[in-house]
Amino acid sequence: MTLSATPPPEVISRSDTTMVLSMGPQHPSTHGVLQIVLEIDSENVVKADPEIGYLHTGIEKSAEGLFWTQAQTVIERMDYLAPSSNALCYALAVEKLLGITDKIPQRAQTIRVLTGELTRIASHCVWLGTHGIDLGAISVFFYCFDLRENILDLQEATGGARMHPNYMRVGGLNGDLPDGLLARLDALIEKFPRRMRELRGLLQANPIFQDRTIDIGTLSPEEAVQWNVTGPSLRASGIAYDVRKAFPYCGYETYDFDVPTRSEGDAYARFLVRLDEMDQSIRIIEQARRRLDTPGPVMIDDPKVALPPKETIALSMEALIHHFKLISEGFRVPPGDVYHSVESPRGELGYYIVSNGENKPYRIRTRPPSLYNLQALKGIAPGNLIADLVVMIGSLDPVFGEVDR
Amino acid sequence: MAVGTVNPGQFMLARLDDVARWAQSSSVWPLTMGLACCAIEMMTVTSSEYDIARLGSEVFRSSPRQADLMIVSGRVAQKMGPVVKRLYDQMADPKWVISMGACASSGGIFDNYAVIQGVDTIIPVDVYVPGCPPTPDGLLYAVNLIQQQIREGGRGGILARA
Repeated sequence: MTLSATPPPEVISRSDTTMVLSMGPQHPSTHGVLQIVLEIDSENVVKADPEIGYLHTGIEKSAEGLFWTQAQTVIERMDYLAPSSNALCYALAVEKLLGITDKIPQRAQTIRVLTGELTRIASHCVWLGTHGIDLGAISVFFYCFDLRENILDLQEATGGARMHPNYMRVGGLNGDLPDGLLARLDALIEKFPRRMRELRGLLQANPIFQDRTIDIGTLSPEEAVQWNVTGPSLRASGIAYDVRKAFPYCGYETYDFDVPTRSEGDAYARFLVRLDEMDQSIRIIEQARRRLDTPGPVMIDDPKVALPPKETIALSMEALIHHFKLISEGFRVPPGDVYHSVESPRGELGYYIVSNGENKPYRIRTRPPSLYNLQALKGIAPGNLIADLVVMIGSLDPVFGEVDR
Repeated sequence: MAVGTVNPGQFMLARLDDVARWAQSSSVWPLTMGLACCAIEMMTVTSSEYDIARLGSEVFRSSPRQADLMIVSGRVAQKMGPVVKRLYDQMADPKWVISMGACASSGGIFDNYAVIQGVDTIIPVDVYVPGCPPTPDGLLYAVNLIQQQIREGGRGGILARA
């Protein structure tokens, strides 16, 4: 195969005082395939331009060729650290367009909250582990990934895959929770506070970690808003904007939780906010767990959207027809457009979906939080050292599957 | 040193070639190159639950000059293709390649304008690992197969299938 593009040069240009270097796309601390066009004066950063697109996958375009239910498969692969958040947001948006938001069963909503918060903890575990490695604290990685492994085991039990469970469906869930899952969840809830104490003990009061992160990459509230930053990075600058509180979905208004904020706006504040968020997530999970003791349906009772129960297919002609129609040509969504957003681990994740009445989406546009958070790098990097740039990228927590899509 | 008596069990005779291959296969150092979802599972193999250190491959090197094994972990976008090719060219011989996951092996579910339909169209691949993403066990097995290839000779085109 002939490759159309040429790889970027390592040294782009050079003058008497400054040098323009290419940092990435293969670099241990760019968290994926980010390239930064870096203008430096000896060790000092003069200008840092994030160059994106090295993971452009055409997910939005691919989704246009798939049925509404199938599109979820590719959408889960956008933000691969929090696939359930993506799937949830997409399902909620399509449900809004179908006008069935009020008919989603209570149990399905609770399980959606549960998986959404579990995926948030798992995502923050990856962030903390890799952030630690970037700063030379390798043991944090092992603690984080051990905790993440417990969550992935639960995900695997629900959907069948470790990373992309594809458990959400338009109209509810793929199936009820498997037997024994709640007992494993209880074990996780019990283990969690001890593990969080260990994680905090490793880094929070560590003088090297504090030296590397305090007053680094400070983002003032005004700047954060101007750069369109959302999520933990915004809340670390003192603005308590959380989609779960501002525009509640899946019954988040009935859960008791706080939105942790800090006023400093530096990398250390972002670190603390994410750790506090993990504590709040487990609080929500505990509340959701208590609601799961009562059984109930997990899929909407609407044969036009939901597959009929398997046992009815052999007995009822009507069920057989619905099953055949849904599998062979999917369901149709009324024409119109809709925007829906959820709070993903990185911020406000939104989907703008246009339907022309067909069984496939006409257009899907994502509002990926990582993309907007990453552009703040351009504002905070100048004037710092190259070594601090690594801290700033880590503290903004970009995921390139989502940035490039 | 004077020649003394030789006790039984003190020496082992082997062909130098075999010893070299044994040593080489026990320290296959991968390149730190994460592309997409599979990169997270690639990181997971170094964690305590899977522990790739048992195979001697825990030393992820950030410089292609120091790496023996390239793990193509995820979808290769058209823009990333030339970079992957150059990294492969920069690695010193002998070198091995694992194509991790459906996207790297064949484009996977992304049969569109943006994704290279299989990294084997730009660089030679030794072991393909199926899965989306493959489990860390799958990657460990692929590294095992690479070790087997090094010890027994022969290259190319193995599917890591249970």
